[in-house]
Amino acid sequence: MNVIEAIGLGKRYGSTWALRGCALAIPAGHVAALVGPNGAGKTTLLNLAVGLTAPTEGTVTVLDGRPAGSPAALDGIAFVAQDAPLYKSLSVADMLHLTRNLNRRFDQSYAAARLGQLGIPMRRRAGNLSGGQQAQLALTLALARRPRLLVLDEPMAMLDPLARHDFMAAVMAAVADGDVSVVLSSHVLAELERVADYLVLITSGSVQVAGEVDDLLASHRVLTGPAAEADSYAQRLDVVNARRGGAQAHLLVRTNGRSGPVPPGWEEHPVSLEELALAYLREPGAGALPGPTRARGAEPMEVTNWQR
Amino acid sequence: MATLTTVQPAQDAGLRPVPWRRMTWITWRQHRLALAGVIALLGVAAAYLLITGLPMHQAYGAVSACRPAGSGVCQQAANDFLDTYAPGVGVTLGVFQVIPALIGAFAGAPLLAREFETGTFRYTWTQGFGRARWALAKIAPLAVAVAVAGGAFTLLVSWYMQPIFGAGDHNGPLYPTLFDFLGVALAAWMLAAFAIGVLAGVLVRRVIPAIFATLAAWAGLAFVTGIFLRQHYEAPLVTSSPSIPASAWVISQGWFRGGNPASLDMINQTLRPVDVQAVTPELFQPGPAAPATFGDPVKYLIQHGYTQLTTYQPASRFWPFQWIEGGWLLALSLLLIAATVWLVRRRAT
Repeated sequence: MNVIEAIGLGKRYGSTWALRGCALAIPAGHVAALVGPNGAGKTTLLNLAVGLTAPTEGTVTVLDGRPAGSPAALDGIAFVAQDAPLYKSLSVADMLHLTRNLNRRFDQSYAAARLGQLGIPMRRRAGNLSGGQQAQLALTLALARRPRLLVLDEPMAMLDPLARHDFMAAVMAAVADGDVSVVLSSHVLAELERVADYLVLITSGSVQVAGEVDDLLASHRVLTGPAAEADSYAQRLDVVNARRGGAQAHLLVRTNGRSGPVPPGWEEHPVSLEELALAYLREPGAGALPGPTRARGAEPMEVTNWQR
Repeated sequence: MATLTTVQPAQDAGLRPVPWRRMTWITWRQHRLALAGVIALLGVAAAYLLITGLPMHQAYGAVSACRPAGSGVCQQAANDFLDTYAPGVGVTLGVFQVIPALIGAFAGAPLLAREFETGTFRYTWTQGFGRARWALAKIAPLAVAVAVAGGAFTLLVSWYMQPIFGAGDHNGPLYPTLFDFLGVALAAWMLAAFAIGVLAGVLVRRVIPAIFATLAAWAGLAFVTGIFLRQHYEAPLVTSSPSIPASAWVISQGWFRGGNPASLDMINQTLRPVDVQAVTPELFQPGPAAPATFGDPVKYLIQHGYTQLTTYQPASRFWPFQWIEGGWLLALSLLLIAATVWLVRRRAT
């Protein structure tokens, strides 16, 4: 099952395409990180997935083919938008009551217990909570809906480091507890490295890299050697990005499982997720997209859709 | 493009929507202040009507008790009563004209604009209830509440106006600033102002600009209706008689001579022998040389071959006009609310 599936998805604001030709299939059971520079189209993609925005072209479905924004889709997805918008004048208890009334499921005792643990007073106005507490309240409200997919847009943008840590711990605890998939976006990769097991790299309105983190790390290597030999060596390899520092050259190469002999004077290292992401972000032309991971074994996707 | 695989229809078909009644508490909790504002505004206006209306009713008691009715003494009493109270009533109703606009601007416009301004629409619209139903569940009860409040206030205005109409004021119930506070018109205007405000909120998406847009749109609609539209609900009557039926709504008057419109110059030339000047075709000013016995310049002009044509709506058309205005304002309001819900559903972010 795919939690988010996009085909030829595009969204235009005025004359600017925020997202175009986006093809994506995020399988269930992951914590998927949507990473890219500011303005790359992360928020647009998430807004399309949760049904806040209608696509200009293409389609996006969620939770096994449900049209984004349909009643069935809304029922299964909980979304925490950027800056965790809440009704600032309502008390915490009122926010719980409001959310319970707007949904078919709402686990009141879970929400109350979690807010109790966090020390968030029920009678305080949402607007009077700290940034971290507001984010935690928004997350609690989302999790109490018992969603099958939790979508978080830049959830940590306004949090201090301690609050970030607590927030991500709460997300991970929810993932460990139940069968909820998570898609979260951030322009800060470092804070996702520990938690994400699926990476979607999005640059200038289209998906550049998508895949399970383990697969991506296993299929890439960093080769370090003399800069003078880099060009001739690189011709035989699938180089994503080459950086030269003095006499040394660092090549990020895609091995795709094939591991050839390393020439004398060269060293091979495993790659970190951050290195990998940065290398691709520096080379917007390069792409690493897996074959379609359509768990339902549906009709094969045309290749062009995936390698645009 | 590859076709999408079908959704499990059985599972989703069993998905019953969140019941409408769940929105009751939310609408009440989030808009009780706006409702209180509407009640407070109308309450202050009602208090003013009561405080000034009770002495007026007392004074009118003496006028209506005058016997024999219709005698010169009683007529004089009625005229004195109107001289005392009618100007104040006119000013009061004139000031009250802004009430529907205030309700549209401060109860209607922020309803959705605030959701956009604070970003909370991104929270509410992604809940299971569904945003189009959410919008309707908020707008409909508030619209009904506003209309009911308007209807209740009309009852008080009708009571307040009784002595003025009873004493035979020349401004009948069709007079522009009275008509829209009587009958069903006030409820309809308040509903329309509210609907304009809500739509402005979803179009402009900012509270303060939406408030100004609402005021402008309402003022335009009220102006066009009062000045141009209302007089055409039925074809106006035209009379050449100088005595127009009491309490009729005079739309225009003009002098004619030999079938052609008479200019002010022509009229003044005719009036020169008696030293009376027509400032406007309806307003005459006698000069120092005007004969003391000179009576009515209107009669004088008629004697000299002029015809005064008066276009008017008789007061007997009050209720048909009320239903026409109430009807189209209700239709307009429903249309605006439907457009708002459609915009919430379609034109997101």
